[in-house]
Amino acid sequence: MAKHVVAAIAELAPGGVKVVTVNGREIGLFNLGGDYFALLNRCPHAGAALCDGQVMGLALSDEPGTYRLDRPGEMIRCPWHGWEYDIRTGQSWCDPRKVRVPRFDVARETGAEIVKGPYIAETFPVMIEHDYLVVDM
Amino acid sequence: MTTTTLDRQADAQTRLTVIDCDIHPTLRGGLDNLLPYLPTRWHEHLRLYGPLMHQALAKTLSYPRMQPGLARLDAWPPEGGVPGSNLAFMRRQHLDPNGVEFGMLQPLGPGPMQRNLDFGAAICTAFNEWQRAEWTGQDQRLRGAVVIIPDDVEAAIAEIRRVGADRSFAQIAFPPRTAEPPGHRRYWPIYEAAAEYDLPIGMHVSGFNGHTLTGGGWPSFYIEDHFSNVQVMQSVITSFVLEGVFERFPTLKVVLIEGGFGWVPALTWRLDKHWARMRSEVPRVKRPPSEYIKSNIWFTTQPIEEPENPRDLLHLIDWIGWDRLLFSTDYPHWDFDDPKYVFKVRLTEAQKAQLFRGNARHVYSRLG
Repeated sequence: MAKHVVAAIAELAPGGVKVVTVNGREIGLFNLGGDYFALLNRCPHAGAALCDGQVMGLALSDEPGTYRLDRPGEMIRCPWHGWEYDIRTGQSWCDPRKVRVPRFDVARETGAEIVKGPYIAETFPVMIEHDYLVVDM
Repeated sequence: MTTTTLDRQADAQTRLTVIDCDIHPTLRGGLDNLLPYLPTRWHEHLRLYGPLMHQALAKTLSYPRMQPGLARLDAWPPEGGVPGSNLAFMRRQHLDPNGVEFGMLQPLGPGPMQRNLDFGAAICTAFNEWQRAEWTGQDQRLRGAVVIIPDDVEAAIAEIRRVGADRSFAQIAFPPRTAEPPGHRRYWPIYEAAAEYDLPIGMHVSGFNGHTLTGGGWPSFYIEDHFSNVQVMQSVITSFVLEGVFERFPTLKVVLIEGGFGWVPALTWRLDKHWARMRSEVPRVKRPPSEYIKSNIWFTTQPIEEPENPRDLLHLIDWIGWDRLLFSTDYPHWDFDDPKYVFKVRLTEAQKAQLFRGNARHVYSRLG
């Protein structure tokens, strides 16, 4: 593990995405309202460059005809097959195969209507040192 | 530190080469790009009337697609133009890095499903000349598909005879939804010509052509539209087999492209069971349907089935037959399958050689 200065704070506005290369690996930096996150720029499903995808929210529905957009700007959607990842944790969401499993009872478990998917995009800690963003990897 | 590996790491030691049986070349600026290949009589027609729009990928789409241009978000050429319209970028992004030894073009356009048959035939011819001039003539790895309008059988055969000897064309593009189910006898002269030239009939999913999208009517969502391709391909197989097409043309090859394959065993078992009981209704069908399916029909792999237990894919292919599947990527569309990660289960070298190259060489006689 070593610290790498990857960007100046000013280069990454809130809602912004910036791809940097550290030790030959592409890392996507995200600014979510002043919180900084880093994901490996590679989708664990089939290897696409994740940061070419769109930053979006989670579309949710509690019953037919009602929709809401949760956590706008906090999910990144793969540019190929549309896998959605939580920028804060790298966790994939909305795996339709798992919805069938009884223990994920969407009706009774608050907040469980969206089920964690099988993939986790690799994350790295980001620190702020003297107006620079630093990634530890 | 979170650690994640890809489902299956690419083998860096072995350089994988593939025959990609589904690549989409796209008109850079829509149908106007066809003008150099279209008789002047149709120029004004195109401007004044335009094509009948009830099919995929001609400015409009039946159901709104998941992503713009139906494409990978990273497939828009930096030089401009829509995904699939720039050969240099296609080489850089797909053909070279993914080891594509041969790429089978699937040009999707409005020609094959026009009700104005003469206009449709002219559009088909223009698509074929466009493929020669701008794709297969520019890259030796690419093979065209002879675009025809099946509902004008005479025009379709004339087009096959016009370009059929040109070995840059490897198959005949035939939409799965024609006016009648494709096994109907009116289309048989086309199959006779296909067999004569040893050109497989390549059926790529391509819109609904005025038919109701599913057997149960018009659905609400794109996800249902996408799934309806399975029903279409099942109807194609049922029609070909039970009309006796393969009895009449035993060397005819049919490739079903982008319709999936997980459903093939269930259809085959059911057809065999029904045939055993109702054979006398279709006495021209001499053998169990499964035998025709296993000798005359092939399936492309994309979009690959991803069963919950990845090993189930091996059982599935055992049932269908390892010689029946042809690898495809669908580049540049959004549901592209990357050859390095498409199989979430380990295949033997022999299995890989079959799926990635060998089966395609067997089906398409014009490679190399």
